[in-house]
Amino acid sequence: MNKLSLSLLGLCSLLTLSSACTSNEYSVSEVSSGIYYHQGVHEEPSEANIGAIANVGFIIGERCVAVIDTGGSYLEGTLLKQAIRTKTDLPICYVINTHVHPDHIFGNAAFKEDKPIFVGHEKLPAAIAAREGFFAKTFKQTLGNAYAGTEFISPTLTASLGKAITLDLGNRKLTLTAYSTSHTDHDLTVFDNKTKTLWTGDLLFMGRIPVMDGSINGWIKTMTEMQTLELNFLVPGHGEASSDKWQQGLAKQLHYFTILRDEIRIIIEDLGTIDQASKQVGILEQNSWELFQHYHRRNVTASFVQLEWE
Amino acid sequence: MFNRILSLLIVSLTFFNISTASAVTPSEPLWPTLKVAYFGDKEISENANDLLVIEAPKRAEDAAIVPISVTSLVEQTADKYITNIHIIIDNNPEPYSANFHLSPELGLIDISTRMRVDQYTFVRAIAEMNDGSLHMVSRFVKASGGCSAPAGKDAAAALARLGKMQIRMRKPTVGQPVQAQVIVSHPNYNGLQFDQKSRLYIDAHYVKNIDIQYNNKPLISVDTGISVSEDPSIRFTFTPSEAGSLSANVTDSEGQKFTHSKDI
Repeated sequence: MNKLSLSLLGLCSLLTLSSACTSNEYSVSEVSSGIYYHQGVHEEPSEANIGAIANVGFIIGERCVAVIDTGGSYLEGTLLKQAIRTKTDLPICYVINTHVHPDHIFGNAAFKEDKPIFVGHEKLPAAIAAREGFFAKTFKQTLGNAYAGTEFISPTLTASLGKAITLDLGNRKLTLTAYSTSHTDHDLTVFDNKTKTLWTGDLLFMGRIPVMDGSINGWIKTMTEMQTLELNFLVPGHGEASSDKWQQGLAKQLHYFTILRDEIRIIIEDLGTIDQASKQVGILEQNSWELFQHYHRRNVTASFVQLEWE
Repeated sequence: MFNRILSLLIVSLTFFNISTASAVTPSEPLWPTLKVAYFGDKEISENANDLLVIEAPKRAEDAAIVPISVTSLVEQTADKYITNIHIIIDNNPEPYSANFHLSPELGLIDISTRMRVDQYTFVRAIAEMNDGSLHMVSRFVKASGGCSAPAGKDAAAALARLGKMQIRMRKPTVGQPVQAQVIVSHPNYNGLQFDQKSRLYIDAHYVKNIDIQYNNKPLISVDTGISVSEDPSIRFTFTPSEAGSLSANVTDSEGQKFTHSKDI
């Protein structure tokens, strides 16, 4: 027995990218009844982590399965699909993308042969079209072999502002809500009515520094509204799913962007520059977040040019 | 000069797109070819650090907004002054990014703007003197990471305020240098954006020129291209010699004109 596991370990370190090996390490955990997620690592995407940095998962109904975000590479998509097959044989009828970022959509092609309906925000197709060329050339390098097979697949069923859509998985109804510009200009949340579980996509980051790719004012408004949600469970875009930790995570993220906005407004008022703001603003937050150095200055830069127009 | 550059640009663009589109980090340096395309056989003195300073972040934090500033170390005088500063971003789809036409009355040059930079590249500032000589400084900028893309964040918001302008400055004093900023809200479509309703790519539609004058005398006129970020911003320092009005006239690639002024 020991000999066997040792030799398997040796094989794995030689073939870290073969899915047969990685699948042993690709785990999903049950959030609430019939809802599973794989928690992404708080790292930058790389060939070694196959881009598996975001939370992805699935919800099982009596008739079929909905996938919520597909992972940061085609390879992660295939591992997620294998994980689904360890839990159920029901068909995969919907693949829902919460927004355009690579760690949430790159696994879409792994589900193509299941012929699901791809679902997203009405502005997701435009967001994919505007970015796919750039993402393709950048992530071929970032992900190396894990990128192979990745395709950009746009939703054919979309939700728009004020018009939530309902998907029925068989005695299990999901409500998909489209948001005005927050983390991106096309954020979508998924609510399971049966267990009162909300998938927020990247409207909520826990542990890892949030990235603003939409509107700082819009996101602050959305976060403020989210504080009054009554839920049993919440699955954030990054970090741990829980019934009782997300409230604190949301407050922390709201605090971060409020500090950013307050400090940037003062610098703009004084005719300061982006460079000055990115060196000064929010510095006290640096020990509060993982990967702070990677995205904080970007958040300041992106927020600055928006707050100039208040 | 700019017209000649533009006609060369069209030739060079068709040629360069092939090489820049295929890789994140082009293996062949483009500068020797760009130099000939934009400046012919004219000599350019490189590392002109006694004349100019260029500043840009080491890493493009947000690929859509990279602040770039150029300052001169030698005062403009009637006899010897910088007539133009050309900004070249080697690995952008359109490397020739801006041409600042400068007044001899500006004193020390202190200009900055914001550019799109989506891959590892040299960013160059080339000063053209009134005697025709060319002097270059450059900085290397690393690409941004993660989900950053040179696409706009909120296309609807940018379009909704198209043409809105601001002239911002600290309280000016006659005879004292003052920093000012001209911003115009414009989506600056570079031809890579997608319209969700028509499902077609939106034609390039961008600001082509920002002409800044004080009491109707030219201070800075900037010819701008598709490298310039959404909501183009020009920051500069000038010295008002008397009370008057600072004005900015903006023309975009569809011939739309926007204007704004501020009394001092």
